[in-house]
Formats: sequence, structure tokens, C-alpha cells
Amino acid sequence: MQTDRVHANQSVSINSNYQKARSPWMEGWRRLRKQKAALIGGGIVILFVLIGLLAPVLAPYDPTEQNLKINLQPPSSDHWLGTDDAGRDVFSRLLYGARISLTIGFFSVIGSLVIGGLLGLLAGYFGKWIDTLISRLFDMMLAFPSILLAIAIVAILGPGLFNALLAIAIINIPTFGRLIRSRVLSVKQEEYIMAARAQGMTQWRLIFRHVLPNSWVPLIVQGTLGIGTAVLDAAALGFLGLGAQPPDAEWGKMLSDAKGYITNAPWLMLCPGIAIMLSVLGFNMFGDGLRDALDPKER
Amino acid sequence: MNKTLLEVKDLTKYYPIRGGLFQRNKQYVKAVDGVTFSIREGETFGLVGESGCGKSTTGRSILRLIEPTSGKVYFDGREITKLNHQELRNIRKDMQIIFQDPYASLNPRMTIGKMMEEPMIVHGISDKSLRRQKVREMLEVVGLNAEHGDRYPHEFSGGQRQRVGIARALMHQPKLIVADEPVSALDVSVQSQVLNLLQDLQETFRLTYLFISHDLSVVRYICDRIGVMYLGRMVELGERDALYDRPLHPYTQALLSAAPIPDPEALRERIVLQGDVPNPANPPVGCAFHPRCPYAVETCRTTRPAFREAESGRFVACHLYETGGEPVA
Repeated sequence: MQTDRVHANQSVSINSNYQKARSPWMEGWRRLRKQKAALIGGGIVILFVLIGLLAPVLAPYDPTEQNLKINLQPPSSDHWLGTDDAGRDVFSRLLYGARISLTIGFFSVIGSLVIGGLLGLLAGYFGKWIDTLISRLFDMMLAFPSILLAIAIVAILGPGLFNALLAIAIINIPTFGRLIRSRVLSVKQEEYIMAARAQGMTQWRLIFRHVLPNSWVPLIVQGTLGIGTAVLDAAALGFLGLGAQPPDAEWGKMLSDAKGYITNAPWLMLCPGIAIMLSVLGFNMFGDGLRDALDPKER
Repeated sequence: MNKTLLEVKDLTKYYPIRGGLFQRNKQYVKAVDGVTFSIREGETFGLVGESGCGKSTTGRSILRLIEPTSGKVYFDGREITKLNHQELRNIRKDMQIIFQDPYASLNPRMTIGKMMEEPMIVHGISDKSLRRQKVREMLEVVGLNAEHGDRYPHEFSGGQRQRVGIARALMHQPKLIVADEPVSALDVSVQSQVLNLLQDLQETFRLTYLFISHDLSVVRYICDRIGVMYLGRMVELGERDALYDRPLHPYTQALLSAAPIPDPEALRERIVLQGDVPNPANPPVGCAFHPRCPYAVETCRTTRPAFREAESGRFVACHLYETGGEPVA
């Protein structure tokens, strides 16, 4: 230790060719790009989002326009995916359906993510009775099968698109809440949190600038996967007649309407079924890829 | 000599071990058990001891990053242990900490510039360009480039990260820095650089250090006075040279005899202690060191020795010195 004294200021040589800073997000993006499944999933998601956004432009017919003269027609050059029992163009309805499903999926997840995330953050950070209160609340909600809870909520609020969205948002709160709570519990033990405390941070700055940014990555992954589940839940509610109301084109509703025509008009059932499957698959593949890209024990 | 900057009186930190029926607290781990010392302005006070002896807990309790169970800490005349949340936040400007592990102590999702700006934001420097300017200056002071502020911690090496940690601690030019094993995680060549940096900064900014380490050669190099801890208690305290030349407490003697001498020809007696460090949840009655002490007498097994001044400026907690003479053995 008592060797020649190396002067501090001349002792550092950092590679002087300065490169642009790589944020953790860019690192994640770099890893994501390498994953085929994630890219395919992402492609499907983008495709559905575009379809949803551009439905009015892309749809060849009005999705609610009935024409009983041409009902139950098989796919043809006029009606690419045929027509349903009321003579409505299935392809157009499918496009508009993407709009409804994605809206429910996206906004319900945002809702449960924000509320669940906030509750979980408070529970994990403050602990004690706050944690007990919030965690027991989550336990109570998880004690119900989620779709049953959603049905109950819609039954109370009345059927409809917005209420279905609300119900799906509520049932997913504990999933996000528990996820971030456990993450916060471990992050708050980290030394950099103690370091921030030693600097004299205010409580809120500590929570929102230090704890939260290090805790929410799993939420993003879970959120992406959650959109897929929410799309499925929305279809289930629609199927039960508790979601979007006629004449709105909604995939779950289309499926249930097609029940009676399985044998003579199978396209009525196949088309929305495949649409649901594809969109859920897309979100799941993308979410899995995100997890591998953002979540691994990096560094 | 200079005035006293930090005074620690009878500091304790007990951790409850929950167990048994109804989760009643049955036992306590006495991580820090009645530690008393003071640090003068401008000096470097070393705290040594093996892992788990409570050095770090002591350092963190002084800053109230861990709430001490009891005892008093006076910093610059104010009783730290009595401050409320807001007062504590304000006084943190003057007392800072450098952590052992530079990989764990920097927020991985913040650029180091942002990280260094934060202490200024929370302590009310609202001029952004002034803050940026200070960050750049401080990066240069610790031997990094001013441009490095835009980078994230994972882009730096261990030694560089430790410099960032030091720069962050210096942002408000504190009076006291608790350096909690600041070089233990670094390899030897980088260790000396960082130690020299700490010494330079001490001169420039008139800093006082509480230097926690298990590395005796590092402590000898940098510290003016040294306290030796064993099982949560301070067993010996003295000026560096006096302590290294003539350790009083049997534990210090054993500890120093274990430090390597960089001379293959050197002959010396190595005192090999028997047994392990006892469980701090159930420390031995009397002197905590007695089961391993080669000189233990009957009193050691029954009575805890007081931490008293054996010679001028030299404190030791050992029955062998209670009469003020040499060890009886």
C-alpha cells in the first residue's frame, strides 16, 4: 500500500474516444431485436393496431349495415370472408372488432397498471399496516375466479363496452400490484436506495425517482402479456353478451352470434376465433420477448 | 488538537430475531453493543474488525441510515439521534457516506450526472446550469472526465464507479464522510489510487473521515487513530503508531499478528486464535472475547470489562489493564 504514490488526477485513463451513452432501455432494445419470436409477435401487434386505427379506411362495407337478401353467404370476391346471418360483411366487422378489442385491452391494462402499480408501490415501500391492508385487499380479489368477478362487476354496473373495460381493469389490479410490491420489497433493500437516502432525498423523490424506475420493468412485461389476457377477457364478456352491445362489431359477440351456424356457415365462427387467437398470440410472443430482453439479470 | 466533530456515546443497535409462538421477540442480535468514541475535526478515524463485528452498522447508525436502538451521537454540537425527519434531511449535507460496493451503490437507471445533481436539487439549488457546472467540476476533481456525466453506471469500471460514489458524497462539501470499506471491493492497484484520492480530497476540502475497513494495511496507511471492534463492542482505541507498535488488547494483538508483512524473511510470532467468533445473538457472558483469549482469567468469564483509558489517549476494554499495568499473563 505504501508504494509510490500515484497521483489521482493523472491515474485515470478512460477510453477517450467518447461514445454515446447507452441507456438501459437501448440495451433492452438491442437484445429485443435479436429475438425472432418477439419480432413476429411485435409485428402481429402492430398489424392489429394498424387495422384498428385504419378500420374505417380499410373496411369495404359498413360493419353494421344489414342486408338480409345476402345473409350467410360464403366467402367470395364481393365479401372476402362472407356475410353473417344479418347479411353484414364479416371482414368489415372483423376490422372494426380489432378496434374494440384493442381499446379494451389497452386501456384496461393501463388502468390496472396504474392503480395496481401505485397500490403495490405503497404497500411495498411503506410496509407495516399499509402493506397489510393493501395485500389483504389483493388476496380478497384473487380469491374469486377473475372472470366470475368481472361478470359480477358488469352485472352490477350494467352491460356495455365501458363497463366491461372497467371490470377487466379491476380484476387485473392485484396481478400488477403484487408484482410491483415484491419487486419494491427487494429494490428498497438495495444500497443505492440507502445512498439516495444518505443524500437527504425527500420520501417522494426516493419513491418515484429511485425505487419506481428500478421496479417497473416487470410491469411492462406483465402489461404486454396482460393486454393479451384482457383481449381474451373482453371476448369472453362479449360472448356472454356483457360487453359491447349490438350492433357493435365485437369478436366475442360475433362468436356467440355464430353459434347457431357452425355447420352451414363455419366462417362466421372461424374468423373471429382466429382473430382473437392471433392477437393474443401476438401480445404473448411480444411480451415473452420483452421479458427476455428487459428482465434478465443484466449487468 | 482540533475540536471534536463527532461524538458517539454508548451506541447500540439490536436486531430482534422473531420466533416462537405468536412471533414474540425472543432474542436480539447485538450488532453494535455500547460503542463509544469521538472523532476530531480533520482526522481520519479507522474502525477495524473482522466481518460481522458491527463496523458497518456503527457507521450507518451514526448517519441514522439505520435507526440505532439506543445511545447518542453528537455531530458538530448537535444531537443527531434527536433530530426529526426534516432536520435530519438538512444535516445530511454535512455528513455523507461512501459505500463498499460501487456496483450496488449507484442507481443503474440514472446517468451519473443526474445522480450527482440530485443532492443539489433536494437541498435547494434550483439553477440548472449551476448544477451542471458543479457536476462537471466535481467529476474532474475525482479524476473523471466532465463528459462522463451523460453515462450510466454500467459503462464504468469498479474504480471509476467508486470515484463517482466519492464525487456524489462531495457535492455539498460535507464535514464528515463515513467511508464504509471504500476500497475493499477494488483490486489492489486501484485501491491505492482511490486511497490517494481520498487523502488528496481530505486536504482540499478539509474532510474528516470515519474509515471502516477490515484491511489492516489500508487502515495503517490512511488513518490517524484507530478503533478495534469485536462482536459489536469496541475493544481498543488509540493513535495509529502506538496501536500498531504495541497493541494492548489480546484481540488486537492477534489481529495484527495476522496481517501479512511484505518481507519473506520477517520472523514474527503469529497468534492463532482458537475457535470461531461467537454467535452475536448469544454472546459470551463477561468479556465477549474470553473464550478465545489466551490470557483469560476468572473475572473475564463473569464481568464485562469497562472501556477505559489505559494510557493517555489509549482506551482498552480488558481486565488485564484495569490496574494500569502490563498483562498479567
